[in-house]
Amino acid sequence: MNFIKTSRVALMALARNKMRSFLTALGIIIGVGAVIAMVSIGQGAKADVEKRFDEMGSNLLFVRPGSMSFRGRHGGGGSYQTMKEADAQAILDNCDAVTYVSPNVNTRSQVIYQNKNWNSSIYGVGHSYPIIRNWDIQDGQFFSEQQVKAGQKVCILGSEVYENLFEGAPAIGQVVRIKRIPFRVLGVMEAKGETGFMSRDDVIFIPFKTAMMRLLGVDSIQSIDVSAASLDSTAEAQAQIEEVLRIRHKIAPGAEDDFNVRNMSDIAESASESTRILTILLGGIASIYLLVGGIGIMNIMLVSVTERIREIGIRMSVGAKERDILLQFLTEAIVLSLLGGILGIFLGIGSAQLISRLSPMQTVVLPSSIALAFLFSGSVGVFFGFYPARKASKLDPIDALRYE
Amino acid sequence: MQNNVLIELNDIKKIYTVGESEVHALKGVSYSIRKGDMVAIMGPSGSGKSTMMNIIGCLDKPTAGRYILEGTEVSTFDKNQLARIRNKQIGFVFQTFNLLARTSALENTELPLLYSDVNAKTAKEMAMKSLESVGLKGRETHKTNQLSGGERQRVAIARALVNSPAVILADEPTGNLDTKTGDEIMKIFTQLNESEGITIILVTHDPEVAEFARRSIHIRDGLIERIEENGR
Repeated sequence: MNFIKTSRVALMALARNKMRSFLTALGIIIGVGAVIAMVSIGQGAKADVEKRFDEMGSNLLFVRPGSMSFRGRHGGGGSYQTMKEADAQAILDNCDAVTYVSPNVNTRSQVIYQNKNWNSSIYGVGHSYPIIRNWDIQDGQFFSEQQVKAGQKVCILGSEVYENLFEGAPAIGQVVRIKRIPFRVLGVMEAKGETGFMSRDDVIFIPFKTAMMRLLGVDSIQSIDVSAASLDSTAEAQAQIEEVLRIRHKIAPGAEDDFNVRNMSDIAESASESTRILTILLGGIASIYLLVGGIGIMNIMLVSVTERIREIGIRMSVGAKERDILLQFLTEAIVLSLLGGILGIFLGIGSAQLISRLSPMQTVVLPSSIALAFLFSGSVGVFFGFYPARKASKLDPIDALRYE
Repeated sequence: MQNNVLIELNDIKKIYTVGESEVHALKGVSYSIRKGDMVAIMGPSGSGKSTMMNIIGCLDKPTAGRYILEGTEVSTFDKNQLARIRNKQIGFVFQTFNLLARTSALENTELPLLYSDVNAKTAKEMAMKSLESVGLKGRETHKTNQLSGGERQRVAIARALVNSPAVILADEPTGNLDTKTGDEIMKIFTQLNESEGITIILVTHDPEVAEFARRSIHIRDGLIERIEENGR
């Protein structure tokens, strides 16, 4: 008996009992649907993370002071106070793979406008910060290089701070007070949304020099944001920065750096690694449904074999070989799980869309996860269909014919 | 004469092992059936007539002895070879019809062809012809449960005929039918035997059914007791 005939026999047998066939496939339908929906949540989270890093600019590098050790005691990262404004200037001047730098310091403080106040992060940054971070100004303008150099008391508000202090009223030209020092508002940043639990818009930007002198009273900076000329030149930029800083900080060859440089793509990679684990976890849980669905198929096929012993006897008496019976029942199981798989794919895509519509979670259904689910459901059919099919094929024709 | 022998049974023995005891169902049966013959195998239950039918029908193998079907010794065949013999050379008709439920008369008739190398189109034609020969033209699409007992048995006969087998084995073919319908079925058998020359073996305990055959082989306790010519 060839493949087409076997499939026809199997399809006819399934069609003879439509309700049972559907119920049998239901386990696979739900299993495949769950796998696709769950994995789409994981993939959605991954795409979301990647998008956020992309927005920040993937040619971004961070330079931070390293950890200081004094008589065997290590401080935390950034505990050196050796990073100076001049280091940032030197990086910009001497590294040809670097296009922009921004020296950064930050602190937290209460911000007061008239009778309102708000506690916010104060970022002291350079004038190139919006370009480096790929962050546009919604209203007004960012401070200029001259304003930074002069240490002017000007500020740009993050959209959340603006909402809380001004409640939609015009802010440009108004004066807010940070630690009793008046700052003139130059502009409002575009809203960026949340990262995890943190709002990126709850922030105020002021020139880093002003922050160092007026708010912190320090002469060292906390970090430098660097923008490489392109995505491909980040590695080159990193090497150049390290070289410049080692010379400036007079670090002997072989000695430990008092700074470290990290690039955005490394950070993005580790972040998407964690969403990958999330995907595997969700997919793994959903696979259990698929397994249960497979056991369901085996169960019903076993019942079906017992119920159809007479039919098997009839088929054998007219010349069906063991192999024919085995293939028929195996094909029935495979057809059931593949049909279940196809319906499950639709169910999965549908639920993924429903999830992204009804909840803040983003979902992405990849063609590869559809292919995988389909392949997996097929193998479930083969695996769980084999035992009942073998049982059917091993029946003795005389006993089968006489079975009541 | 040798050419005319369809079935040759040579000292056929069949022993079943039930638990620790042995049951001798056939104790050495030798008999030959000619091509075109119509015989009845008779005997009370437990006589071994069912075992004999199973062996002739290649559903079972003898423990000892030789069974030669159309010149080929089939008593040494394995399961797959026996399945092939059943498919090509033997047609079964059972007391309980043994048709597939919720399946059309045509599909039931086609069943043996599914397991041979006939293509779908030819199979359909052959099945239609076979159904026509048992008087079921126009009933091809009826499902098993829409047919009367007599019609079901006709479908079973059509199924047995479809592969043009060497012999049709009918096991109590009228057992589940009323007398009138039973007679009609028996007339189909005699007609197939007389006009088409098909060899038919009836297995029955009913003397009225056996009368349709040319001769009756009486089995008792695993041996041939006597052979009775019915004068037909």
